Amino acid sequence: MNSSVPEQVDLSSSPRGPGSRPAAGREVSGRLPWMLVVPAVVGLVFLVLPLAGLLIRAPWPTLLQRLAEPQVLEALRLSLVCATIATAVCLLLGVPLAWLLARVSFPGRRLVRALVTVPLVLPPVVGGVALLLVLGRRGLVGQWLEATFGITLPFTTAGVIIAEAFVAMPFLVISVEGALRGADRRFEEAAATLGASRWTVFRRVTLPMVMPGVVAGAVLCWARALGEFGATITFAGNFPGTTRTMPLAVYLALETEPEAAIVLSLVLLAVSVIILTSLRDRWVSAP
Amino acid sequence: MTLHARLVVARPAFTLDLTLEVAPGEVVALLGPNGAGKTTALRALAGLTRLSDGQIVLRGRPLHTLPAEERPIGMVFQDYLLFPHLTALDNVAFGPRCHGVPKAEARRTAAALLERVGLADRAAAKPRQLSGGQAQRVALARALAIQPDLLLLDEPLAALDAHTRLEIRSQLRRHLADFDGATVLVTHDPLDAMVLADRLVVIENGAIVQQGSPAEVARRPRTDYVARLVGLNLYRGVADGARVKVGELLLHTYEHLDGPAFVAFPPSAVALYRTRPDGSPRNLWQARIEGIERHGDNVRVHLDGPVTAFADITPAAVADLDLTLGQQIWASAKATETHAYPA
Repeated sequence: MNSSVPEQVDLSSSPRGPGSRPAAGREVSGRLPWMLVVPAVVGLVFLVLPLAGLLIRAPWPTLLQRLAEPQVLEALRLSLVCATIATAVCLLLGVPLAWLLARVSFPGRRLVRALVTVPLVLPPVVGGVALLLVLGRRGLVGQWLEATFGITLPFTTAGVIIAEAFVAMPFLVISVEGALRGADRRFEEAAATLGASRWTVFRRVTLPMVMPGVVAGAVLCWARALGEFGATITFAGNFPGTTRTMPLAVYLALETEPEAAIVLSLVLLAVSVIILTSLRDRWVSAP
Repeated sequence: MTLHARLVVARPAFTLDLTLEVAPGEVVALLGPNGAGKTTALRALAGLTRLSDGQIVLRGRPLHTLPAEERPIGMVFQDYLLFPHLTALDNVAFGPRCHGVPKAEARRTAAALLERVGLADRAAAKPRQLSGGQAQRVALARALAIQPDLLLLDEPLAALDAHTRLEIRSQLRRHLADFDGATVLVTHDPLDAMVLADRLVVIENGAIVQQGSPAEVARRPRTDYVARLVGLNLYRGVADGARVKVGELLLHTYEHLDGPAFVAFPPSAVALYRTRPDGSPRNLWQARIEGIERHGDNVRVHLDGPVTAFADITPAAVADLDLTLGQQIWASAKATETHAYPA
């Protein structure tokens, strides 16, 4: 697919002339339609240019020194730990939820499916406010949690994880539910005829078969959690060492020290790109 | 009898309703055209399709109230459905593991079964590395691993190419002979059914239309579908001694009967003539040629007239007779090969 553009051009200007046969397996498709190509290129530039800007404006000579600053490492560590734990929480809760939506028909299933995707369209800040109202010290559940167990969630590292999981879980649920719907259910029937209970079928047949979908969902979920800003700052605040993740550190640095913001952004970008590409090749685009 | 079942599955545009009895060690083939309800019947037995009515009793135990995983039934699916993420060995060990057998013992059982189907050396292979014939044998081993009282096979040979099919068919026959439980297999291929089964049950539109030993069904078809399968011309008429009146045609038969009767004769018993033959061949009628096609080494001629019939003649005869579509000719069926039996 990537190579078809230059070869197509090459074909029309080829010295073999119009009589020569096109390469096997490719149909003669004529000129590329500019109505598609122009917006496609503009879109690509739009996506890539800001990233290029980061690279161009980066303070390369002082980069290593800035990276070694303890606040940077602290924010990075906090971000990675929180995003990973949030993803684990999403897997633990989201995979069963996806299974329920894909495999069990119950009244109101469509409504539940719509509710699951609400955090996708909700502004993250609003999500943070909603979390405060429920889990805050005077919130519906928060009050009870504090009175019964002495647990406070807002403005703690646990709060960061909750905010990230809230925002990122839909990515996992949608991906896994899609994989479950696409999986051939007859394998589950075959397992049942061999004496497998529904739990065994899920554990030993369904889950291994939808594993690419689970991994893809987990990667999306993790990436979303890593970049989470609005819900985190609203629900968990911005305390260095406990709730100041990379995105928050970037935002803060932008006001005082723009170059530091660029460095932090680069780190975030590098981590995301490395994780996404390494997993994408193995899992997401697997046939 | 080990299996007594009455299977009723009602669907908006289709109802399956059949009674099935299978003895231990017996192999029964459900034979029928696509959409007849064969696979539905098998799925109902396995517990994968809910019965609308009826019951399933296996060795005196009612099964229809149990979910699929609690029925002592092994099933071989049409495209085998081997778990793609497990090796052949673990596929076969899956059933015993689900029944609480420890891992090492389940694997020993599985290895022994793979050995029995001649695949000991493929134990570590994943399903996508197996050929069609190998996958079929792994699927059989997997179903047998749970030591079922009833074995179900859904089109066990349909996914194989012609050459493999021949080999796997005779192997399957041997394994089914060794299996002492009841077996129900579904097929639309009459040859598979004849070779593998002790008894044929022919299903059309969700109901049994004929059952009996393969030889009986092959010799005395009772529906057009079965007649086509076994390659006979079949008519329903009224017998009066050695003659059966089919519509306006009077056919002389080998048997003497009275009352409603079927008449059957093979296409090879039909002779064709350009002009009315001399002498008095019996069972003579005038027909129109509707179609001519190759059929093995011979040529099959489709005839329309007082009865529709197939005639198999040699290519030389086609040339001699100079047959063309739409042509009017004379046809006769040998009375000694025309058989009548009660309808």
